[in-house]
Amino acid sequence: MDLLSNRSSASGLPVSLTINGAHHDVSVDPWVTLLDLLRGPLSMTGTKKGCDHGQCGACTVLIDGERINSCLKLAVSLDGAEITTIEGLGTPDNMHPLQKAFVEHDAYQCGYCTPGQICSAAGLLKEGHAHSREEIRELMSGNLCRCGAYTNIADAIEDVMQAENVGAHREAAE
Amino acid sequence: MKPFEYLRPSDVSEAVAALAANPEAQVLAGGTNLVDLMKYDVTHPGAVIDINRLPLKEIEQLEDGTFRIGALVSNSIAAYHAGIAGELPLLSSAILAGASPQLRNAATCGGNLLQRTRCYYFYDASTPCNKREPGSGCGAVGGVNRIHAILGASQHCIATHPSDMCVALAALDTVVDVAGPTGDRQIPFLDFHRLPGDHPERDNTLQQGEIVTAIRVSGGHFKRHHSYLKLRDRLSYAFALVSVAAALDIGEDGTILDIRVALGGVAHKPWRDPLAETECAGQPANRDTFQALATRLLAGARGQGDNDFKIEMARRAIVRALEQAAAGTPQIQSHKAIF
Ligand SMILES: Cc1cc2nc3c(=O)[nH]c(=O)nc-3n(C[C@H](O)[C@H](O)[C@H](O)COP(=O)(O)OP(=O)(O)OC[C@H]3O[C@@H](n4cnc5c(N)ncnc54)[C@H](O)[C@@H]3O)c2cc1C
Ligand code: SF4
Ligand code: FES
Ligand code: FES
Repeated sequence: MDLLSNRSSASGLPVSLTINGAHHDVSVDPWVTLLDLLRGPLSMTGTKKGCDHGQCGACTVLIDGERINSCLKLAVSLDGAEITTIEGLGTPDNMHPLQKAFVEHDAYQCGYCTPGQICSAAGLLKEGHAHSREEIRELMSGNLCRCGAYTNIADAIEDVMQAENVGAHREAAE
Repeated sequence: MKPFEYLRPSDVSEAVAALAANPEAQVLAGGTNLVDLMKYDVTHPGAVIDINRLPLKEIEQLEDGTFRIGALVSNSIAAYHAGIAGELPLLSSAILAGASPQLRNAATCGGNLLQRTRCYYFYDASTPCNKREPGSGCGAVGGVNRIHAILGASQHCIATHPSDMCVALAALDTVVDVAGPTGDRQIPFLDFHRLPGDHPERDNTLQQGEIVTAIRVSGGHFKRHHSYLKLRDRLSYAFALVSVAAALDIGEDGTILDIRVALGGVAHKPWRDPLAETECAGQPANRDTFQALATRLLAGARGQGDNDFKIEMARRAIVRALEQAAAGTPQIQSHKAIF
Protein backbone atom coordinates (compact mmCIF):
# COMPACT_ATOMS: atom_id res chain seq x y z
CA MET A 1 0.00 0.00 0.00
CA ASP A 2 1.28 3.38 -0.98
CA LEU A 3 0.46 5.63 1.87
CA LEU A 4 -1.10 5.58 5.30
CA SER A 5 -2.10 8.12 7.83
CA ASN A 6 -3.66 7.75 11.20
CA ARG A 7 -6.65 9.67 12.40
CA SER A 8 -4.79 11.93 14.78
CA SER A 9 -2.35 12.94 12.07
CA ALA A 10 -0.92 16.23 13.27
CA SER A 11 1.63 16.50 10.54
CA GLY A 12 -0.45 15.74 7.46
CA LEU A 13 0.52 13.81 4.37
CA PRO A 14 2.99 14.87 1.70
CA VAL A 15 1.39 15.90 -1.58
CA SER A 16 3.13 17.31 -4.59
CA LEU A 17 1.18 19.34 -7.10
CA THR A 18 2.01 21.50 -10.06
CA ILE A 19 -0.20 24.55 -9.85
CA ASN A 20 -0.17 27.02 -12.75
CA GLY A 21 3.22 25.67 -13.78
CA ALA A 22 4.87 25.98 -10.35
CA HIS A 23 5.79 22.96 -8.29
CA HIS A 24 4.41 22.76 -4.73
CA ASP A 25 5.33 20.21 -2.08
CA VAL A 26 2.82 20.57 0.68
CA SER A 27 1.68 18.65 3.70
CA VAL A 28 -2.09 18.28 4.09
CA ASP A 29 -4.50 16.44 6.33
CA PRO A 30 -6.43 13.89 4.26
CA TRP A 31 -9.77 15.65 4.84
CA VAL A 32 -8.64 18.92 3.22
CA THR A 33 -10.19 19.57 -0.19
CA LEU A 34 -8.24 21.02 -3.09
CA LEU A 35 -10.42 24.14 -2.82
CA ASP A 36 -9.50 24.70 0.83
CA LEU A 37 -5.84 24.00 0.13
CA LEU A 38 -5.80 26.60 -2.66
CA ARG A 39 -7.65 29.30 -0.78
CA GLY A 40 -6.07 28.61 2.63
CA PRO A 41 -2.43 27.55 2.91
CA LEU A 42 -1.60 28.47 -0.69
CA SER A 43 -3.36 31.86 -0.56
CA MET A 44 -4.68 31.50 -4.11
CA THR A 45 -8.11 33.01 -3.64
CA GLY A 46 -9.04 33.33 -7.31
CA THR A 47 -10.95 30.04 -7.06
CA LYS A 48 -14.23 30.67 -5.23
CA LYS A 49 -16.27 28.70 -2.74
CA GLY A 50 -20.00 28.97 -3.41
CA CYS A 51 -21.82 25.94 -2.05
CA ASP A 52 -18.94 23.59 -1.10
CA HIS A 53 -21.14 20.67 -2.29
CA GLY A 54 -20.77 20.38 -6.05
CA GLN A 55 -23.93 22.36 -6.71
CA CYS A 56 -22.70 25.68 -8.14
CA GLY A 57 -19.43 25.33 -10.08
CA ALA A 58 -17.76 28.41 -8.51
CA CYS A 59 -14.82 26.22 -7.47
CA THR A 60 -14.17 24.81 -10.96
CA VAL A 61 -10.47 24.37 -11.82
CA LEU A 62 -8.66 22.31 -14.42
CA ILE A 63 -7.09 19.12 -13.06
CA ASP A 64 -4.81 17.46 -15.62
CA GLY A 65 -6.65 19.57 -18.19
CA GLU A 66 -10.17 18.59 -17.17
CA ARG A 67 -12.67 20.88 -15.46
CA ILE A 68 -13.53 19.55 -12.00
CA ASN A 69 -15.29 20.91 -8.89
CA SER A 70 -12.38 21.41 -6.49
CA CYS A 71 -14.68 21.41 -3.44
CA LEU A 72 -15.31 17.66 -3.81
CA LYS A 73 -11.71 16.59 -4.40
CA LEU A 74 -9.54 15.60 -1.46
CA ALA A 75 -6.16 17.22 -2.09
CA VAL A 76 -4.33 14.11 -0.92
CA SER A 77 -5.95 12.07 -3.70
CA LEU A 78 -4.40 14.37 -6.33
CA ASP A 79 -0.73 13.71 -5.60
CA GLY A 80 1.20 14.31 -8.83
CA ALA A 81 -1.58 16.23 -10.59
CA GLU A 82 -1.28 19.39 -12.68
CA ILE A 83 -3.73 22.07 -11.72
CA THR A 84 -4.69 25.27 -13.52
CA THR A 85 -6.69 27.94 -11.72
CA ILE A 86 -7.93 31.31 -12.94
CA GLU A 87 -4.60 32.81 -11.81
CA GLY A 88 -2.83 30.53 -14.27
CA LEU A 89 -5.03 31.11 -17.32
CA GLY A 90 -3.92 34.68 -17.89
CA THR A 91 -2.81 37.91 -16.23
CA PRO A 92 -4.32 41.40 -16.40
CA ASP A 93 -1.64 42.33 -18.95
CA ASN A 94 -1.87 39.12 -20.90
CA MET A 95 -5.41 37.87 -20.70
CA HIS A 96 -6.66 34.50 -21.90
CA PRO A 97 -9.07 34.92 -24.85
CA LEU A 98 -11.94 33.87 -22.57
CA GLN A 99 -10.99 36.50 -19.99
CA LYS A 100 -10.91 39.14 -22.73
CA ALA A 101 -14.26 38.00 -24.10
CA PHE A 102 -15.86 38.07 -20.64
CA VAL A 103 -14.70 41.68 -20.24
CA GLU A 104 -15.87 42.63 -23.73
CA HIS A 105 -19.29 41.06 -23.25
CA ASP A 106 -19.75 42.23 -19.68
CA ALA A 107 -20.32 38.59 -18.75
CA TYR A 108 -20.72 39.18 -15.02
CA GLN A 109 -22.17 41.51 -12.45
CA CYS A 110 -20.69 40.72 -9.01
CA GLY A 111 -17.98 38.52 -10.55
CA TYR A 112 -18.10 35.82 -7.90
CA CYS A 113 -18.94 32.98 -10.28
CA THR A 114 -16.59 34.28 -12.99
CA PRO A 115 -13.37 32.36 -12.21
CA GLY A 116 -15.39 29.13 -12.19
CA GLN A 117 -17.22 30.11 -15.38
CA ILE A 118 -13.97 30.87 -17.19
CA CYS A 119 -12.18 27.71 -16.05
CA SER A 120 -15.26 25.72 -16.99
CA ALA A 121 -15.42 27.39 -20.40
CA ALA A 122 -11.73 26.58 -20.94
CA GLY A 123 -12.55 22.93 -20.22
CA LEU A 124 -15.56 23.11 -22.54
CA LEU A 125 -13.46 24.44 -25.44
CA LYS A 126 -10.86 21.73 -24.96
CA GLU A 127 -13.49 18.97 -24.80
CA GLY A 128 -14.91 20.07 -28.13
CA HIS A 129 -18.45 18.74 -27.62
CA ALA A 130 -20.26 22.07 -27.95
CA HIS A 131 -21.14 23.03 -31.52
CA SER A 132 -24.09 25.36 -31.02
CA ARG A 133 -25.32 27.94 -28.56
CA GLU A 134 -27.76 25.38 -27.18
CA GLU A 135 -24.92 22.97 -26.54
CA ILE A 136 -22.80 25.70 -24.94
CA ARG A 137 -25.67 26.45 -22.57
CA GLU A 138 -26.23 22.80 -21.69
CA LEU A 139 -22.52 22.11 -21.23
CA MET A 140 -22.07 25.24 -19.09
CA SER A 141 -25.02 24.31 -16.87
CA GLY A 142 -22.67 23.18 -14.10
CA ASN A 143 -21.87 26.85 -13.41
CA LEU A 144 -24.60 28.84 -11.75
CA CYS A 145 -24.62 32.64 -11.83
CA ARG A 146 -26.63 34.21 -9.04
CA CYS A 147 -26.59 37.53 -10.90
CA GLY A 148 -28.04 35.92 -14.01
CA ALA A 149 -25.38 36.98 -16.50
CA TYR A 150 -26.04 33.82 -18.51
CA THR A 151 -26.83 35.50 -21.83
CA ASN A 152 -23.58 37.46 -21.87
CA ILE A 153 -21.60 34.45 -20.63
CA ALA A 154 -22.91 32.38 -23.54
CA ASP A 155 -22.11 35.28 -25.93
CA ALA A 156 -18.52 35.48 -24.66
CA ILE A 157 -17.94 31.75 -25.01
CA GLU A 158 -19.58 31.62 -28.43
CA ASP A 159 -17.25 34.39 -29.62
CA VAL A 160 -14.11 32.59 -28.48
CA MET A 161 -15.36 29.33 -29.93
CA GLN A 162 -15.97 30.95 -33.31
CA ALA A 163 -12.59 32.69 -33.29
CA GLU A 164 -10.92 29.35 -32.52
CA ASN A 165 -12.79 27.65 -35.35
CA VAL A 166 -11.79 30.37 -37.80
CA GLY A 167 -8.19 30.00 -36.61
CA ALA A 168 -8.32 26.23 -37.02
CA HIS A 169 -9.76 26.49 -40.54
CA ARG A 170 -7.10 29.00 -41.52
CA GLU A 171 -4.37 26.70 -40.20
CA ALA A 172 -5.85 23.76 -42.09
CA ALA A 173 -5.99 25.80 -45.27
CA GLU A 174 -2.38 26.98 -45.00
CA MET B 1 -15.59 16.24 8.18
CA LYS B 2 -14.52 13.75 10.83
CA PRO B 3 -10.86 12.69 10.72
CA PHE B 4 -10.15 9.37 9.05
CA GLU B 5 -7.31 7.12 8.02
CA TYR B 6 -6.30 7.43 4.37
CA LEU B 7 -5.10 4.43 2.42
CA ARG B 8 -4.06 4.25 -1.19
CA PRO B 9 -3.82 0.68 -2.47
CA SER B 10 -2.21 0.05 -5.83
CA ASP B 11 -4.06 -3.07 -6.90
CA VAL B 12 -7.46 -4.69 -6.51
CA SER B 13 -6.40 -7.37 -4.02
CA GLU B 14 -4.83 -4.80 -1.69
CA ALA B 15 -7.97 -2.69 -1.88
CA VAL B 16 -10.24 -5.65 -1.15
CA ALA B 17 -8.04 -6.78 1.75
CA ALA B 18 -8.04 -3.28 3.28
CA LEU B 19 -11.81 -2.95 2.87
CA ALA B 20 -12.56 -6.43 4.21
CA ALA B 21 -10.31 -5.89 7.23
CA ASN B 22 -12.10 -2.77 8.42
CA PRO B 23 -15.92 -2.57 8.62
CA GLU B 24 -15.59 1.21 9.11
CA ALA B 25 -13.70 1.69 5.85
CA GLN B 26 -15.24 3.13 2.68
CA VAL B 27 -13.98 3.34 -0.86
CA LEU B 28 -13.20 6.69 -2.51
CA ALA B 29 -13.48 6.91 -6.30
CA GLY B 30 -14.40 10.28 -7.88
CA GLY B 31 -15.48 11.53 -4.46
CA THR B 32 -18.44 13.52 -5.82
CA ASN B 33 -20.86 11.69 -3.55
CA LEU B 34 -18.69 10.38 -0.70
CA VAL B 35 -16.94 13.69 0.05
CA ASP B 36 -20.28 15.51 -0.08
CA LEU B 37 -21.84 13.05 2.41
CA MET B 38 -18.81 13.27 4.69
CA LYS B 39 -19.10 17.06 4.79
CA TYR B 40 -22.71 16.75 5.94
CA ASP B 41 -21.67 14.10 8.48
CA VAL B 42 -24.17 11.70 6.90
CA THR B 43 -21.36 9.19 6.78
CA HIS B 44 -18.08 9.19 8.68
CA PRO B 45 -15.80 6.39 7.54
CA GLY B 46 -13.00 5.45 9.93
CA ALA B 47 -10.83 4.84 6.90
CA VAL B 48 -11.01 6.05 3.32
CA ILE B 49 -9.58 3.68 0.75
CA ASP B 50 -8.62 5.71 -2.30
CA ILE B 51 -8.94 3.32 -5.25
CA ASN B 52 -7.94 5.83 -7.91
CA ARG B 53 -4.58 4.12 -8.54
CA LEU B 54 -6.21 0.78 -9.35
CA PRO B 55 -5.94 -0.32 -13.00
CA LEU B 56 -9.70 -0.09 -13.68
CA LYS B 57 -9.72 2.70 -16.27
CA GLU B 58 -10.11 0.77 -19.52
CA ILE B 59 -13.06 0.43 -21.87
CA GLU B 60 -12.83 -2.65 -24.06
CA GLN B 61 -15.20 -4.21 -26.53
CA LEU B 62 -15.34 -7.97 -26.15
CA GLU B 63 -15.69 -10.34 -29.10
CA ASP B 64 -19.45 -10.67 -28.68
CA GLY B 65 -19.81 -6.89 -28.88
CA THR B 66 -20.25 -6.34 -25.14
CA PHE B 67 -18.57 -3.25 -23.73
CA ARG B 68 -16.58 -3.83 -20.54
CA ILE B 69 -16.26 -0.49 -18.77
CA GLY B 70 -13.76 -0.31 -15.90
CA ALA B 71 -15.13 0.93 -12.58
CA LEU B 72 -12.82 3.97 -12.62
CA VAL B 73 -13.72 5.15 -16.12
CA SER B 74 -15.20 8.62 -15.71
CA ASN B 75 -18.82 9.25 -16.65
CA SER B 76 -17.63 11.69 -19.36
CA ILE B 77 -15.22 9.26 -20.97
CA ALA B 78 -17.85 6.52 -21.03
CA ALA B 79 -20.52 8.82 -22.51
CA TYR B 80 -18.33 10.22 -25.30
CA HIS B 81 -16.54 6.95 -26.12
CA ALA B 82 -17.06 6.47 -29.86
CA GLY B 83 -17.96 2.78 -29.57
CA ILE B 84 -20.42 3.31 -26.72
CA ALA B 85 -21.99 6.39 -28.31
CA GLY B 86 -22.39 4.43 -31.55
CA GLU B 87 -23.59 1.07 -30.24
CA LEU B 88 -25.24 2.00 -26.94
CA PRO B 89 -26.48 5.55 -27.52
CA LEU B 90 -29.13 5.09 -24.79
CA LEU B 91 -26.34 4.73 -22.24
CA SER B 92 -24.45 7.80 -23.49
CA SER B 93 -27.62 9.84 -23.46
CA ALA B 94 -28.56 8.85 -19.92
CA ILE B 95 -25.09 9.68 -18.60
CA LEU B 96 -25.18 13.08 -20.30
CA ALA B 97 -28.58 13.79 -18.73
CA GLY B 98 -27.01 13.56 -15.27
CA ALA B 99 -25.17 16.05 -13.05
CA SER B 100 -22.92 18.61 -14.84
CA PRO B 101 -19.92 18.34 -17.17
CA GLN B 102 -17.40 18.95 -14.39
CA LEU B 103 -19.11 16.43 -12.08
CA ARG B 104 -19.20 13.87 -14.89
CA ASN B 105 -15.45 14.41 -15.39
CA ALA B 106 -14.84 13.45 -11.76
CA ALA B 107 -17.58 10.85 -11.26
CA THR B 108 -16.71 7.24 -12.05
CA CYS B 109 -18.92 4.50 -13.48
CA GLY B 110 -18.47 2.36 -10.35
CA GLY B 111 -19.29 5.29 -8.07
CA ASN B 112 -22.36 6.14 -10.12
CA LEU B 113 -23.86 2.72 -9.30
CA LEU B 114 -23.11 3.17 -5.61
CA GLN B 115 -24.23 6.76 -5.15
CA ARG B 116 -26.65 7.20 -2.25
CA THR B 117 -30.19 8.58 -2.31
CA ARG B 118 -30.85 12.33 -2.38
CA CYS B 119 -33.68 12.04 0.21
CA TYR B 120 -33.58 15.31 2.21
CA TYR B 121 -33.92 13.51 5.53
CA PHE B 122 -31.08 11.15 4.72
CA TYR B 123 -28.93 14.26 4.13
CA ASP B 124 -30.02 16.01 7.33
CA ALA B 125 -28.24 14.21 10.17
CA SER B 126 -30.54 15.88 12.74
CA THR B 127 -33.64 14.01 11.49
CA PRO B 128 -34.59 10.33 11.81
CA CYS B 129 -33.69 8.12 8.86
CA ASN B 130 -33.62 4.34 8.76
CA LYS B 131 -31.16 4.35 5.90
CA ARG B 132 -28.65 6.52 7.73
CA GLU B 133 -29.36 5.15 11.18
CA PRO B 134 -31.26 1.84 11.17
CA GLY B 135 -34.20 1.83 13.57
CA SER B 136 -34.42 5.61 13.98
CA GLY B 137 -37.55 5.96 11.81
CA CYS B 138 -38.29 7.61 8.49
CA GLY B 139 -38.77 11.35 8.26
CA ALA B 140 -40.11 11.16 4.73
CA VAL B 141 -43.16 8.97 5.45
CA GLY B 142 -45.74 11.58 6.36
CA GLY B 143 -43.15 14.32 5.82
CA VAL B 144 -42.09 16.25 2.75
CA ASN B 145 -41.84 13.57 0.09
CA ARG B 146 -42.11 15.21 -3.30
CA ILE B 147 -39.04 13.40 -4.68
CA HIS B 148 -39.80 10.02 -3.16
CA ALA B 149 -40.80 6.59 -4.43
CA ILE B 150 -44.11 5.52 -5.94
CA LEU B 151 -43.11 1.90 -6.52
CA GLY B 152 -41.54 -0.79 -4.35
CA ALA B 153 -41.28 1.31 -1.19
CA SER B 154 -41.60 -0.10 2.31
CA GLN B 155 -42.95 1.40 5.52
CA HIS B 156 -39.32 1.83 6.59
CA CYS B 157 -38.03 3.76 3.61
CA ILE B 158 -39.49 5.48 0.54
CA ALA B 159 -36.22 6.74 -0.94
CA THR B 160 -35.32 6.59 -4.63
CA HIS B 161 -32.07 5.74 -6.36
CA PRO B 162 -30.93 8.97 -8.02
CA SER B 163 -28.78 7.72 -10.90
CA ASP B 164 -29.55 8.37 -14.56
CA MET B 165 -26.85 6.06 -15.91
CA CYS B 166 -28.28 3.13 -13.94
CA VAL B 167 -31.68 3.53 -15.58
CA ALA B 168 -30.12 2.93 -18.99
CA LEU B 169 -28.03 0.07 -17.62
CA ALA B 170 -31.21 -1.55 -16.29
CA ALA B 171 -32.88 -1.29 -19.69
CA LEU B 172 -29.87 -2.75 -21.53
CA ASP B 173 -28.23 -6.11 -20.75
CA THR B 174 -25.80 -5.40 -17.95
CA VAL B 175 -23.68 -7.41 -15.55
CA VAL B 176 -21.58 -5.99 -12.71
CA ASP B 177 -18.09 -7.44 -12.16
CA VAL B 178 -17.19 -7.58 -8.49
CA ALA B 179 -14.01 -8.54 -6.61
CA GLY B 180 -14.17 -9.58 -2.98
CA PRO B 181 -12.37 -11.43 -0.20
CA THR B 182 -13.68 -14.78 -1.46
CA GLY B 183 -12.94 -14.11 -5.13
CA ASP B 184 -14.58 -12.53 -8.16
CA ARG B 185 -18.23 -12.80 -9.10
CA GLN B 186 -20.73 -11.28 -11.51
CA ILE B 187 -24.03 -9.77 -10.46
CA PRO B 188 -26.83 -9.35 -13.04
CA PHE B 189 -27.68 -5.65 -13.00
CA LEU B 190 -31.31 -6.12 -11.99
CA ASP B 191 -30.08 -7.94 -8.86
CA PHE B 192 -27.45 -5.32 -8.00
CA HIS B 193 -29.69 -2.71 -6.37
CA ARG B 194 -32.37 -3.82 -3.91
CA LEU B 195 -35.73 -2.65 -2.62
CA PRO B 196 -35.67 -1.20 0.92
CA GLY B 197 -37.85 -3.80 2.68
CA ASP B 198 -36.76 -4.18 6.32
CA HIS B 199 -33.18 -3.13 5.57
CA PRO B 200 -33.14 0.27 3.90
CA GLU B 201 -29.57 0.78 5.12
CA ARG B 202 -28.55 -1.61 2.35
CA ASP B 203 -28.77 -0.06 -1.11
CA ASN B 204 -27.38 -3.03 -3.00
CA THR B 205 -26.31 -6.66 -2.79
CA LEU B 206 -22.56 -6.13 -2.46
CA GLN B 207 -21.06 -8.04 0.47
CA GLN B 208 -18.66 -6.60 3.03
CA GLY B 209 -15.24 -6.19 1.42
CA GLU B 210 -16.45 -6.31 -2.18
CA ILE B 211 -15.69 -3.65 -4.77
CA VAL B 212 -17.04 -3.13 -8.25
CA THR B 213 -14.31 -3.61 -10.86
CA ALA B 214 -16.28 -3.17 -14.10
CA ILE B 215 -19.68 -3.19 -15.75
CA ARG B 216 -20.41 -5.21 -18.89
CA VAL B 217 -23.12 -3.80 -21.14
CA SER B 218 -24.65 -4.94 -24.39
CA GLY B 219 -27.76 -4.05 -26.37
CA GLY B 220 -26.58 -3.03 -29.83
CA HIS B 221 -29.91 -4.12 -31.34
CA PHE B 222 -31.50 -1.05 -29.71
CA LYS B 223 -29.26 1.50 -31.36
CA ARG B 224 -31.92 2.69 -33.82
CA HIS B 225 -34.86 2.91 -31.43
CA HIS B 226 -34.13 4.33 -28.01
CA SER B 227 -34.72 7.42 -25.89
CA TYR B 228 -33.75 8.64 -22.43
CA LEU B 229 -36.38 11.09 -21.26
CA LYS B 230 -35.68 12.89 -17.98
CA LEU B 231 -38.24 15.15 -16.31
CA ARG B 232 -37.02 17.47 -13.55
CA ASP B 233 -37.63 20.76 -11.79
CA ARG B 234 -35.16 22.70 -13.93
CA LEU B 235 -33.89 21.91 -17.38
CA SER B 236 -30.38 20.86 -16.46
CA TYR B 237 -28.19 20.02 -13.44
CA ALA B 238 -31.07 18.57 -11.42
CA PHE B 239 -32.03 15.06 -10.41
CA ALA B 240 -34.92 13.32 -12.14
CA LEU B 241 -38.44 13.46 -10.76
CA VAL B 242 -39.21 10.74 -13.28
CA SER B 243 -37.00 9.38 -16.03
CA VAL B 244 -37.52 6.69 -18.64
CA ALA B 245 -35.00 4.64 -20.57
CA ALA B 246 -36.88 3.20 -23.53
CA ALA B 247 -35.47 0.79 -26.10
CA LEU B 248 -37.13 -1.02 -28.97
CA ASP B 249 -36.23 -3.51 -31.63
CA ILE B 250 -38.90 -3.34 -34.33
CA GLY B 251 -39.42 -5.88 -37.10
CA GLU B 252 -39.99 -5.00 -40.74
CA ASP B 253 -43.73 -5.46 -40.30
CA GLY B 254 -43.79 -2.86 -37.52
CA THR B 255 -44.23 -5.32 -34.67
CA ILE B 256 -42.11 -5.45 -31.56
CA LEU B 257 -39.22 -7.93 -31.47
CA ASP B 258 -37.80 -6.67 -28.17
CA ILE B 259 -38.85 -3.84 -25.87
CA ARG B 260 -37.31 -2.45 -22.70
CA VAL B 261 -38.55 0.20 -20.31
CA ALA B 262 -36.71 1.18 -17.14
CA LEU B 263 -37.86 3.98 -14.84
CA GLY B 264 -35.73 6.30 -12.73
CA GLY B 265 -36.74 8.54 -9.84
CA VAL B 266 -39.64 6.30 -8.84
CA ALA B 267 -38.15 3.52 -6.70
CA HIS B 268 -35.23 2.40 -4.55
CA LYS B 269 -33.76 0.88 -7.73
CA PRO B 270 -34.26 1.39 -11.46
CA TRP B 271 -37.73 -0.08 -12.07
CA ARG B 272 -38.36 -2.70 -14.73
CA ASP B 273 -40.94 -5.39 -15.41
CA PRO B 274 -39.35 -7.93 -17.79
CA LEU B 275 -42.46 -10.14 -17.88
CA ALA B 276 -44.69 -7.30 -19.05
CA GLU B 277 -42.09 -6.50 -21.72
CA THR B 278 -42.00 -10.08 -22.98
CA GLU B 279 -45.75 -10.02 -23.44
CA CYS B 280 -45.43 -7.03 -25.79
CA ALA B 281 -43.45 -9.07 -28.30
CA GLY B 282 -45.34 -9.48 -31.57
CA GLN B 283 -47.60 -6.50 -30.87
CA PRO B 284 -47.53 -3.38 -33.02
CA ALA B 285 -45.07 -0.68 -31.90
CA ASN B 286 -47.74 1.94 -31.40
CA ARG B 287 -49.37 4.14 -28.79
CA ASP B 288 -51.98 1.56 -27.74
CA THR B 289 -49.31 -0.98 -26.95
CA PHE B 290 -47.21 1.61 -25.11
CA GLN B 291 -50.17 2.83 -23.06
CA ALA B 292 -51.08 -0.69 -22.04
CA LEU B 293 -47.48 -1.33 -20.98
CA ALA B 294 -47.38 1.92 -18.99
CA THR B 295 -50.58 1.00 -17.18
CA ARG B 296 -49.14 -2.35 -16.33
CA LEU B 297 -45.79 -0.99 -15.13
CA LEU B 298 -47.56 1.43 -12.82
CA ALA B 299 -50.27 -0.95 -11.59
CA GLY B 300 -48.81 -1.08 -8.09
CA ALA B 301 -47.86 2.60 -7.91
CA ARG B 302 -48.77 4.44 -4.73
CA GLY B 303 -48.17 8.10 -3.93
CA GLN B 304 -47.00 9.39 -0.55
CA GLY B 305 -48.88 12.70 -0.72
CA ASP B 306 -46.49 15.27 -2.16
CA ASN B 307 -45.35 12.93 -4.91
CA ASP B 308 -48.76 11.71 -6.13
CA PHE B 309 -48.18 13.63 -9.37
CA LYS B 310 -45.36 11.26 -10.27
CA ILE B 311 -47.79 8.45 -11.12
CA GLU B 312 -49.45 10.36 -13.95
CA MET B 313 -46.14 11.94 -14.94
CA ALA B 314 -44.51 8.50 -15.21
CA ARG B 315 -47.42 7.13 -17.25
CA ARG B 316 -47.13 9.92 -19.80
CA ALA B 317 -43.33 9.83 -19.82
CA ILE B 318 -43.29 6.10 -20.59
CA VAL B 319 -45.60 6.55 -23.58
CA ARG B 320 -43.70 9.59 -24.82
CA ALA B 321 -40.27 7.97 -24.49
CA LEU B 322 -41.47 4.85 -26.32
CA GLU B 323 -42.94 6.99 -29.10
CA GLN B 324 -39.66 8.88 -29.40
CA ALA B 325 -37.83 5.55 -29.55
CA ALA B 326 -40.21 4.06 -32.12
CA ALA B 327 -39.88 7.13 -34.35
CA GLY B 328 -36.10 6.99 -34.13
CA THR B 329 -36.03 10.52 -32.68
CA PRO B 330 -34.50 10.15 -29.21
CA GLN B 331 -34.67 12.99 -26.71
CA ILE B 332 -31.64 15.22 -27.28
CA GLN B 333 -30.13 16.23 -23.95
CA SER B 334 -29.06 19.71 -25.08
CA HIS B 335 -32.41 20.42 -26.73
CA LYS B 336 -34.95 20.77 -23.98
CA ALA B 337 -38.13 20.69 -26.02
CA ILE B 338 -39.85 17.32 -25.77
CA PHE B 339 -41.35 16.16 -29.05
C1 LIG C 1 -24.75 18.55 -7.42
C2 LIG C 1 -24.82 17.15 -7.94
C3 LIG C 1 -25.74 16.82 -8.91
C4 LIG C 1 -25.81 15.52 -9.40
N1 LIG C 1 -26.75 15.22 -10.35
C5 LIG C 1 -26.85 13.95 -10.80
C6 LIG C 1 -27.84 13.58 -11.75
O1 LIG C 1 -28.61 14.41 -12.22
N2 LIG C 1 -27.89 12.29 -12.17
C7 LIG C 1 -27.03 11.35 -11.68
O2 LIG C 1 -27.12 10.20 -12.10
N3 LIG C 1 -26.11 11.65 -10.77
C8 LIG C 1 -26.00 12.93 -10.31
N4 LIG C 1 -25.06 13.23 -9.38
C9 LIG C 1 -24.35 12.14 -8.72
C10 LIG C 1 -23.08 11.71 -9.38
O3 LIG C 1 -23.39 11.07 -10.59
C11 LIG C 1 -22.42 10.73 -8.41
O4 LIG C 1 -21.99 11.46 -7.29
C12 LIG C 1 -21.25 10.02 -9.03
O5 LIG C 1 -21.64 9.21 -10.10
C13 LIG C 1 -20.55 9.15 -7.98
O6 LIG C 1 -19.34 8.66 -8.52
P1 LIG C 1 -17.95 8.92 -7.78
O7 LIG C 1 -16.93 8.18 -8.54
O8 LIG C 1 -17.71 10.36 -7.58
O9 LIG C 1 -18.25 8.19 -6.40
P2 LIG C 1 -17.69 8.43 -4.94
O10 LIG C 1 -18.26 9.65 -4.36
O11 LIG C 1 -16.21 8.26 -4.92
O12 LIG C 1 -18.34 7.15 -4.25
C14 LIG C 1 -19.74 7.00 -4.12
C15 LIG C 1 -20.03 5.73 -3.33
O13 LIG C 1 -19.64 4.60 -4.06
C16 LIG C 1 -18.67 3.82 -3.38
N5 LIG C 1 -17.77 3.34 -4.44
C17 LIG C 1 -17.21 4.09 -5.43
N6 LIG C 1 -16.57 3.30 -6.32
C18 LIG C 1 -16.72 2.03 -5.88
C19 LIG C 1 -16.30 0.76 -6.38
N7 LIG C 1 -15.60 0.65 -7.51
N8 LIG C 1 -16.64 -0.35 -5.67
C20 LIG C 1 -17.35 -0.24 -4.52
N9 LIG C 1 -17.79 0.93 -4.01
C21 LIG C 1 -17.48 2.05 -4.69
C22 LIG C 1 -18.07 4.76 -2.38
O14 LIG C 1 -17.58 4.08 -1.25
C23 LIG C 1 -19.26 5.64 -2.03
O15 LIG C 1 -20.08 5.02 -1.10
C24 LIG C 1 -24.93 14.53 -8.90
C25 LIG C 1 -23.99 14.86 -7.93
C26 LIG C 1 -23.92 16.16 -7.45
C27 LIG C 1 -22.90 16.49 -6.40
S1 SF4 D 1 -37.07 7.66 2.83
FE1 SF4 D 1 -35.38 6.31 3.39
S2 SF4 D 1 -33.62 7.65 3.16
FE2 SF4 D 1 -35.41 9.01 3.35
S3 SF4 D 1 -35.72 9.40 5.57
FE3 SF4 D 1 -36.93 7.62 5.08
S4 SF4 D 1 -35.52 5.95 5.59
FE4 SF4 D 1 -34.25 7.74 5.33
S1 FES E 1 -18.16 25.41 -4.33
FE1 FES E 1 -17.74 23.63 -5.46
S2 FES E 1 -19.51 23.44 -6.69
FE2 FES E 1 -20.07 25.08 -5.36
S1 FES F 1 -21.67 37.46 -11.80
FE1 FES F 1 -22.53 37.40 -9.80
S2 FES F 1 -22.81 35.27 -9.57
FE2 FES F 1 -22.29 35.38 -11.64
